[in-house]
Amino acid sequence: MTSLPITLTINGHRHELEVDPRVTLLDLLRERLDLTGTKKGCDRGQCGACTVLVDGNRINSCLALAVSHDGANVLTIEGVARGEELHPVQAAFIAHDGFQCGFCTPGQIMSTLGLIAEGQAGDDPERIREGLSGNICRCAAYGGIVEAVLEAQEQLAKADRRTAA
Amino acid sequence: MRDFDYVRPATIPDAIAAAARPGSAYLAGGTNLLDLMKGGITSPERVVDISRLPELNRVERLDDGSLRIGALVRNADLAHDTAFAKAYPAVAEALLSGASAQLRNAATVGGNLLQRTRCSYFYDTASACNRREPGTGCDAIGGENRLHAVLGWSDACIATHPSDFCVPLVALDAVVEIEGKQGRRHVTLEEFHRLPGETPQRENVLEPGDLIVAVRLPAEAASFAANARYLKVRERTSFAFAVVSAAAALVVDSGKIRAARLALGGVAAKPWRARSAEAVLLGADANEATFASAADAALADASPSGDNAFKIELARRIVVRALTSALAGTPERIPALPASPFSSIPGARHDA
Ligand SMILES: Cc1cc2nc3c(=O)[nH]c(=O)nc-3n(C[C@H](O)[C@H](O)[C@H](O)COP(=O)(O)OP(=O)(O)OC[C@H]3O[C@@H](n4cnc5c(N)ncnc54)[C@H](O)[C@@H]3O)c2cc1C
Ligand code: SF4
Ligand code: FES
Ligand code: FES
Repeated sequence: MTSLPITLTINGHRHELEVDPRVTLLDLLRERLDLTGTKKGCDRGQCGACTVLVDGNRINSCLALAVSHDGANVLTIEGVARGEELHPVQAAFIAHDGFQCGFCTPGQIMSTLGLIAEGQAGDDPERIREGLSGNICRCAAYGGIVEAVLEAQEQLAKADRRTAA
Repeated sequence: MRDFDYVRPATIPDAIAAAARPGSAYLAGGTNLLDLMKGGITSPERVVDISRLPELNRVERLDDGSLRIGALVRNADLAHDTAFAKAYPAVAEALLSGASAQLRNAATVGGNLLQRTRCSYFYDTASACNRREPGTGCDAIGGENRLHAVLGWSDACIATHPSDFCVPLVALDAVVEIEGKQGRRHVTLEEFHRLPGETPQRENVLEPGDLIVAVRLPAEAASFAANARYLKVRERTSFAFAVVSAAAALVVDSGKIRAARLALGGVAAKPWRARSAEAVLLGADANEATFASAADAALADASPSGDNAFKIELARRIVVRALTSALAGTPERIPALPASPFSSIPGARHDA
């Protein structure tokens, strides 16, 4: 089939694109737009490396057709830091040794942003573990990740209180 | 992935007309369909994207007290709806025990009902599989089959249905609302999925073009809210399919069981309603002896389909445990690990 026109807002930038309907959001980001921070691990929804936020919700971009998300607002790892200033989640991952290889870390961070936005975990380590269980990592950074999530939530809550005041 | 035509109809009638043509498949969240297309297990010529059809993403209370859940409601949104979780805690618990947060954010109500089996031979196009390719045989029989069915299986297919969501739904008498070329009809979830028999490729009652528009929970379903649980046992604590699961719901008054619902997951090609066990529970004293008899009744017709005899005993124990948890009362907040047999049972060790 011929290509179809779609519009996507990615990290705040609007893109008008023609895509083959078979192209996943993941492949579009990596192969067409050179946004290679989002990683392809299993390509089948099992590892979380491809996690991005679509309209604020974390999803596996490997199981999402780009055409089906025409008009969506996408946030990838490239859009998380503010210029040179790291996002509190990124800073907390560094502070707590929450990552080791570059392959799963972007997905872990995007998933953490989703988890915090969902507001379901709070300060319960079991809920944080369960909430991030769609991101599989082989190098046992999980302990550090839980600590990073707890700290990042605190930082973000403080920042919220500052803006509210 | 094979080339396909992509269409995004604007109305339900247009969607049905488009999908009624042979070789079509509906696309909702895509979390199962794309997986199957990538593996070459299904290769539709036309993908009918229903993800934006109007009015299918709503949850509404009907005049008769039943709850109507639109087919496009996301699994995560339904589970996190506090009013829903309060009224139907076992359903919310089952939803939260399924897949991962990312997948639940994409997966829809209709798609979850129609997800295909996780039998590994079904997923491997080099294997013989009557469900994928009728008449080719079944490599699971005599193969790696410790996770296969112990109830309702046939010599043609021994696969299980993998859904968690469907298990409490079938226990609570859920009804599937279907729209097709002939108009709208209602089918109970118990009758919706089919056992394999000689035709395992026919997994449910849908005809070409039929669209699930909603799932309904009758008014009575909420009467179990105080004593309802879903217990899922799997090979790692979270993000895995059920080896065996059970949904149990009770109404208990002065120690006597006034109403009882029980269904099992991971044991058959459909979510398994255990009516014979319900008959044992009804009117009996709510205690472990009753629960054990109910478990025996639920598994009375079970038989191994291979290396899976352990599942029969496991299922009995899960039934007793699910009923015991239900009797202890629905917790205020759904535990983070509904999967874990060690969590949320009074006196159970969390770190065991
Ligand atoms: C790694 C992984 C782990 C998982 N773990 C679990 C688990 O533990 N428990 C569990 O229950 N599930 C699990 N799932 C399955 C997941 O829940 C399903 O993939 C999901 O529910 C399907 O919903 P969807 O909207 O994405 O469906 P789609 O993939 O869009 O569609 C699935 C099927 O349903 C059809 N369809 C969809 N909507 C309709 C409709 N309204 N009317 C008619 N036909 C329709 C499609 O044509 C297709 O055949 C897992 C999936 C993955 C990838
Ligand atoms: S058990 Fe069923 S799904 Fe699995 S290989 Fe046999 S026929 Fe196919
Ligand atoms: S690449 Fe998408 S989940 Fe693994
Ligand atoms: S961070 Fe990549 S394997 Fe653990």
